[in-house]
Amino acid sequence: MRGKCGLGLWTFVNVRAHDPPMPHDHSDHDHPHSLLPSDPALRVKALETILTQKGLIDPAALDEIIDTYENKIGPKNGAHVVARAWSDPDFKAALLDDADPVLAEMDYYGRQGEHMVVVENTDAVHNMVVCTLCSCYPWPLLGIPPGWYKSDAYRARAVREPRKVLAEFGVTLPEGQAVRVWDSTAEVRYLVLPQRPEGTEGLDEAALMALVTRDSMIGCGLAARP
Amino acid sequence: MTRIHDMGGRFGDGPVVPEPEHVKFHADWHPRALAITLACGTLGLWNIDVSRHARESLSPKDYGRFSYYEKWMAALADLLVETGAVTRAELEQGVSESVSNLADKRLVAAAVAGVLAKGGPATRDSNLAPFYAVGDVVTIRAMPENVMVPGGHTRLPSYAAGASGTIVRLHGAHVLPDSNAHRLGEAPEPLYAVAVKARDIWAHPEHPEDEVILDLWQSYLSAP
Repeated sequence: MRGKCGLGLWTFVNVRAHDPPMPHDHSDHDHPHSLLPSDPALRVKALETILTQKGLIDPAALDEIIDTYENKIGPKNGAHVVARAWSDPDFKAALLDDADPVLAEMDYYGRQGEHMVVVENTDAVHNMVVCTLCSCYPWPLLGIPPGWYKSDAYRARAVREPRKVLAEFGVTLPEGQAVRVWDSTAEVRYLVLPQRPEGTEGLDEAALMALVTRDSMIGCGLAARP
Repeated sequence: MTRIHDMGGRFGDGPVVPEPEHVKFHADWHPRALAITLACGTLGLWNIDVSRHARESLSPKDYGRFSYYEKWMAALADLLVETGAVTRAELEQGVSESVSNLADKRLVAAAVAGVLAKGGPATRDSNLAPFYAVGDVVTIRAMPENVMVPGGHTRLPSYAAGASGTIVRLHGAHVLPDSNAHRLGEAPEPLYAVAVKARDIWAHPEHPEDEVILDLWQSYLSAP
């Protein structure tokens, strides 16, 4: 009867916190998560209930986290950085040389953006960012990643056929422009500095900001034209 | 191969579907799943590498059929049980048996902004000097596996394994995920951005000058 699904017939595995947990490959039914309701909405509700009762989470803190990523931290932060780099050559040079102190100064440091590198698009090189192994993304500058960035299709294809992926975003690069795809395999997060569009010479920082799309800072789009 | 999450270069996934910037979540429970995961992460029971490994250790069948936040929830439930924070019976019955002795460590609303702003830097002092300099040619380890723990966590994608590349950046010394994911210590090492030519890793590169750049730890690399 061992291995059949029924409480009491489970093989309990107790891993103490100080033991190095080794990889634990089980059949699907051995994973503790399979004890939760199968409907994802109910699964989340069940976890929140248990964790709240145990005193491990504070529902008000959850609301605060959600408010932060729904309303406070998003691509406007990145657009601010890009517009400033387009407007101020010294700022741009410092940003490309060592982004962390520059971004900290602007208060754009934080979770999932602790080690930033900004890569500049030029006539010769177009940069694009992916995380093939999970979905690493510069949260303090762009907020939470869009659905497509986390999709299997993007993770699988961006490194092999970036130009085909770009075409799906409506972008065709000139033959003379090489593509550099940055796979975020460590805790370094990348932001693309898109090329400043033509016809924007007289625009101030605020007007430039409006042209900087989220996708252009991931390298899957170009900055909008005024 | 490492595990199912290691999908860079895979064929057959279909188109990438762009979406407008105002779309943040795709179901009402998504923001809740995000927030529960982040809040539990601050209890100090695991590090980011342990949590990544928990997601990757979902069975290939589950990993393939679960949406993004379902993976998060499943891995979180597994980690909570593994660390003893929640019992299997509590998960199954949907009610708590007792208040946790970690309750005084829970993230409270007033602390959220500070915790998110503080982040968790991965740079460390290391007594390992960088072996390589910008411009050096290196060979990436042929086996995209954790060399310390069989089937363990690694950040070396299989598509780049065995390829030659050029160092384009030194990031300083960073925590080594292959060790940290298994609570074997942070073992910081120099971390490099390594540029690999698309034509050296794909049989049908789109363009002769295209490159993929990966962040790779010193122990993933050798001199050619």
